[in-house]
Amino acid sequence: MIRRIAIAVVALAFLGLLGFSLLSWRAATAPIERPNASSFTAESIAKGEVLAAEGHCLSCHIRPGGQPFAGGYGVNTPFGIIYGSNITPDPKTGIGAWSLEAFTRAIREGVSRDGSHLFAAFPFNAYTELQDDDVKALYAYLMTRPAVSATVPPMTVPFPFNVRFLQEGWKILCFRSGRYRPDPAKDAQWNRGAYLAEAVSDCGGCHTPRNVLGGEKLRDAFAGTVVDNWIAPPLTEANPSPIPWTQEGLFSYLRTGVDPLHGAVAATMTPTVRDALDLPVVPDSDVRAIALYGSDVDRAGARKSDVEAVTKEALQNSSLGAGQDYDPDADLYASACLSCHYNSGTVPLAARPELALNSALSLPEPTNFIQAVLRGIGSTDGAPGLVMPAYASSLSDADLARLAAYLRRTRTTRPPWTDLEHKVSAARRELPESH
Amino acid sequence: MTTFSLNGRTVSVDSPSDAPLLWVIRDELGFTGTKFGCGIGMCGACTVHVEGRATRSCITEVGEIAGAKVTTIEGLDPEGRHPLQTAWLELQVPQCGYCQSGQIMQAATLLKDYPDPSDQDINAVMAGNVCRCMTYIRIRKAIKLAASRMRGVTHD
Repeated sequence: MIRRIAIAVVALAFLGLLGFSLLSWRAATAPIERPNASSFTAESIAKGEVLAAEGHCLSCHIRPGGQPFAGGYGVNTPFGIIYGSNITPDPKTGIGAWSLEAFTRAIREGVSRDGSHLFAAFPFNAYTELQDDDVKALYAYLMTRPAVSATVPPMTVPFPFNVRFLQEGWKILCFRSGRYRPDPAKDAQWNRGAYLAEAVSDCGGCHTPRNVLGGEKLRDAFAGTVVDNWIAPPLTEANPSPIPWTQEGLFSYLRTGVDPLHGAVAATMTPTVRDALDLPVVPDSDVRAIALYGSDVDRAGARKSDVEAVTKEALQNSSLGAGQDYDPDADLYASACLSCHYNSGTVPLAARPELALNSALSLPEPTNFIQAVLRGIGSTDGAPGLVMPAYASSLSDADLARLAAYLRRTRTTRPPWTDLEHKVSAARRELPESH
Repeated sequence: MTTFSLNGRTVSVDSPSDAPLLWVIRDELGFTGTKFGCGIGMCGACTVHVEGRATRSCITEVGEIAGAKVTTIEGLDPEGRHPLQTAWLELQVPQCGYCQSGQIMQAATLLKDYPDPSDQDINAVMAGNVCRCMTYIRIRKAIKLAASRMRGVTHD
């Protein structure tokens, strides 16, 4: 009897696995000769260039100092590192043998030309919303780039998460295929912005929290989460910036990397602006549309904050620390930070990030403040032209904790951060060795 | 190998990418106008410009300024006649002189941002540049003199 049950269980498991394999099976698409550049229209290629910039493909499809689109950036996932692939038209190591059909399937369904499943580090969950013309344009643009022969390192995801056909299970649970559907209640600019933010730029890829399987928690869209040791802040009204993100503020931030009333990009946000949304090929109108959509998600209009009063107070407090009163915390701030972060007059300067207005100080956790101070912002990071040295070698855990507590106390009205020294020390352990 | 621009000239150095910019400027490239003070970014003696803005070179890793424009006191003005430098000479600001190149580089950024600085502006922006000889009174005077000349008004 037991033997029979055991056989039945094994048989059922086998059938289940077989069924699942059949379900997850995708045919390979036939390899093609790399299409001639003349088979694409100039308009399509140009449109693809804009989309590739807005979709910041180079966030992942390049390694530091490498050739554009030849891949190699390591995406940190909770399961391991997955490297951006080579999407130049090299037939062996890139996508030169991919037909438009194969490319479209990869973009919209996360399936490689050979039929294997792609991992969701490639955000096909966003790109599935792309319109036909846009997919064609991206294909035209990528197929007319110089072919680069380059392989990328194998991913470090361990068994069983590295089994490609199991990705079908992930897709059943976490992925819905389908094009962007305009919201008829909103105007064209809003819908353009929503389309760009969701389908092209994939803001949710970093700003939406994920479940244990790594799928986006769609009910918490844009609620903010931690990416590569930094907080990708909420884009909703939970965003704690003292001044809500208006369309104007977001436009400046996304177009130039900095908005004087909020702050500058850093870390993973940098490549979404530099060599992406800041490129001249990207029209102002598209960035304005994203900004309009963002300011609606943020509900900036409803959260009528007195921008003038908040700015005025921030500027009044900006010189704190410059005085001659004895205050060791203020002295530390004056020695290390004030010369660059002090602001005067009626508006803060873009080149002098005003800390009282920066979400690094107003977020519930000190994560971004600690990261910025420990790691600094190099010439290739952050807004163009702004460099901040790394203070890891110069400030002890205790000093940095003191600085954080002092700024939180004097520049915000929020409750003190807790356990600061421990958090600084934990962040320090995560630093690359050069710091 | 890190490549950047120093005083308008493109330079490439073999120093490790985590070498402090100050060491590279002084020891590798021989520009010794920039001084070593505390080594932890708290005194301002090592101040240079990165992309035209005052930066503490002792804690800035050279790899972090790859491709950027760096200016030292030697490159602030081709003739050494920046309005701050001439004001410094006229008012005989330095005593021992050690911190002064850093003071001038920081003051140049101050005047770029605030062409007509108040005492509070000067105190705040110059707070990170210490002077053991206590030349602060003359530094303030020289900054105001240079500022007025740069704005094209007569100094009172």
